[in-house]
Amino acid sequence: CLSSKIFHHLVKNGLKGHRCSSHFTFIPDTVSASEGESNQTSKFFLSHHLGDTARMNLFQAVTNALDLALTSDPSAVIFGEDVSFGGVFRCTVGLQEKHGKDRVFNTPLCEQGIVGFGIGLATAGTTAIAEIQFADYIFPGFDQITNEAAKYRYRSGNSYNCGGLTIRTPTGAVGHGALYHSQSPESFFSHIPGIKVVIPRGPIKAKGLLLSCIRDKNPCIFLEPKILYRSAVEQVPVKDFMHELGKADILIEGDNVTMVAWGTQVHVMHEVCQLAQDKLNVSCELIDLCTILPWDKQTVINSVKKTGRLLIAHEAPLTSGFGAEIAATNECFLHLEAPIQRVAGYDTPFPLIFEPFYIPDKWRCLDAVKK
Amino acid sequence: MSLSLVFKILRPRKALFSNLRIKKFSNTFSHVGSRLFSSSSTPDDQPNFPGSKSQFTDKLDFIRSDLYDGIPVYRVMDRKGNIINESEDPKLDKDLLVKIYQKMTLLNTMDRILYESQRQGRISFYMTNYGEEGTHMGSAAALNDKDLVFGQYREAGVLMWRGFSLDQFMNQCYSNCKDLGKGRQMPVHYGSPEHHFVTISSTLATQMPQAVGAAYSFKRAQNGLCVICYFGEGAASEGDAHAAFNFAATLDCPIIFFCRNNGYAISTPTHEQYRGDGIAGRGPAYGLASIRVDGNDVLAVYNVTKAARRIVTEEGRPVLIEAMTYRIGHHSTSDDSTAYRSVDEVRYWDEKDHPISRLRRFMKKQNLWDDDKEKAWKDESKKQVMKSFAKAEKLKKPAPELLFTDVYDELTPHLQEQMDEMKRHVSKHADHYPLKNFEEMTPFAEEK
Repeated sequence: CLSSKIFHHLVKNGLKGHRCSSHFTFIPDTVSASEGESNQTSKFFLSHHLGDTARMNLFQAVTNALDLALTSDPSAVIFGEDVSFGGVFRCTVGLQEKHGKDRVFNTPLCEQGIVGFGIGLATAGTTAIAEIQFADYIFPGFDQITNEAAKYRYRSGNSYNCGGLTIRTPTGAVGHGALYHSQSPESFFSHIPGIKVVIPRGPIKAKGLLLSCIRDKNPCIFLEPKILYRSAVEQVPVKDFMHELGKADILIEGDNVTMVAWGTQVHVMHEVCQLAQDKLNVSCELIDLCTILPWDKQTVINSVKKTGRLLIAHEAPLTSGFGAEIAATNECFLHLEAPIQRVAGYDTPFPLIFEPFYIPDKWRCLDAVKK
Repeated sequence: MSLSLVFKILRPRKALFSNLRIKKFSNTFSHVGSRLFSSSSTPDDQPNFPGSKSQFTDKLDFIRSDLYDGIPVYRVMDRKGNIINESEDPKLDKDLLVKIYQKMTLLNTMDRILYESQRQGRISFYMTNYGEEGTHMGSAAALNDKDLVFGQYREAGVLMWRGFSLDQFMNQCYSNCKDLGKGRQMPVHYGSPEHHFVTISSTLATQMPQAVGAAYSFKRAQNGLCVICYFGEGAASEGDAHAAFNFAATLDCPIIFFCRNNGYAISTPTHEQYRGDGIAGRGPAYGLASIRVDGNDVLAVYNVTKAARRIVTEEGRPVLIEAMTYRIGHHSTSDDSTAYRSVDEVRYWDEKDHPISRLRRFMKKQNLWDDDKEKAWKDESKKQVMKSFAKAEKLKKPAPELLFTDVYDELTPHLQEQMDEMKRHVSKHADHYPLKNFEEMTPFAEEK
């Protein structure tokens, strides 16, 4: 991507506030060490049983996970465009110096090559951690992902597999990324049997879920919400730990409406829950799906059976977005008291200057709660 | 194996340019060597651009691809089976030569019988290897049997060379319960970890960057092995081919790219596929040691592959081999090639320049083969093929529930649900499904 370095600069400065104001407030799973007071997500205060913690933003948590993955598995390698010097989002800083040039290296600028190369590594028994610079540029690798990676084990009768492959890629809106630095392509991948698709909401989950993806015996796509790289800071357990794939988190318990989101949108919904409580006296249950494929249907069903209402929100366009799949799951018909609401990006390309009007922000979501 | 051949592969640039015969000599082409252009650089006035190592010139000249003849086709024996240059004769062991010949003909026999069985509707699809048997056996014999093979689909001979049995070929084509692929893929999509042959998929050229990744893995493992990746000249037009060549070169991977240039991609002739000097002509531009070989000369293919293997394993650098051949059969059983090429053209290759008959002539001259042996082997190989054929046809298909396994390493909850649903449905409507042809499913437990 020609603009990646400029873009990196923009992300950094954009978040300092002179470029635009953010459409969400990051709510950490842990309170920062300096604040010392608990918040309502404290049941996700995972650090107390995972030992020492360190203050990390999301990109540092990713680096930390990658470092642990390389340390614990001598076969593991990291590769992609510009990963050697630390990556355009700083996710691989210091890893080449620490683990060697044969383990952390640049590839030519070619996404289909990166994914194909990663599949080959995994087929030969290597743990392959590929980076696609932006999720917007993953499509040249779509054939390798859908026809090859996803079907490798099945078509060979389990003679061969590429389960050792993980593809990491930055995803989602960033304030000014326009058409090709903002996309959320998860629903394209949700239609591909054979892969797992995972999105974290913050540094702790990023570390735990990424380590699980790397060690899972299936090819995984790990989508990193790039707007959180610097803005999301948590006390992250220092030790090696994993979070189960295919399992959703109930972040807030509530009685009246179930809300389902993933990635950055979880934080938008967090605010919506508060607003709904304050303004409408509505008690919302907030679920972070965490894994798009295979998704945790049972957790969502159980919640909707309790609340009777469901609101799903995602940045990606509405039509055939993953919200449609969740909404179509018909196990709760007799429990539903209202039509399922979906608040999503509009069915347009992701625009530059109109981003504030495009995204499913808290006011659009709150309106949907009212309905 | 002569040193000169090794030298040419080792020094691709020099080898390429020393082979060029300049047709239209222009004054800028003042000499032919490692430098094509006249230089106006002086020692203190050199180009400093990071993107290339070259000299300045004050002459405006485009490099035209039609200025020189193509990369020559290396061969060891002529069409009558005579060794052309004694020093190039690999002097293969007698038993090895007989084995090569027998495997080529056995493949040919299997092709004929399976092709016919498709015509009779007994298998759904087939692709023959007619005319390309030499590229398979010549290259396979020059490899270590543990070198990993990534293929396209017309390389069954490589697998046969390594001992994949006739039964196994038939089981795959019949999608029966003994197929290693569990009946999931179309016929001729073979694969076998035991024979270090990665399962074939239909998508063209996707195996190419994958093979490079596997080669990188081998390099790190320092296992002394290499990867060979076969593909047709049509597949070489895919983006994945470009990715593979470039990744292999920049990441120094021990891989042999083996292109079967048989003149056609289904109906598309090569002049509609590319305008450069075939596939080998692209190699030097990527930094690949490259060579072109007569694919109907099994000894030449053997020599070239042997030398290439030495380069990739000892130097850790990739090599590109382009084997020139001709697709004698139809593209597949779904294709009638007379719709786009003449019967005479096909007949020429079948009768005048066939890898099997050329090797047979060579072996007759060496007194390694005669008409009696030919007849006896023909009968024997046909018998073997028919026996496996009959056996494979009688076996049941795999249990239908295997349609759900191996999507992931473990059955996910949603797939378990769908498997249960299928079992429930099929047991209720058993009359409408061909259950008698399949192995029995494990019974569905109603309460889970």
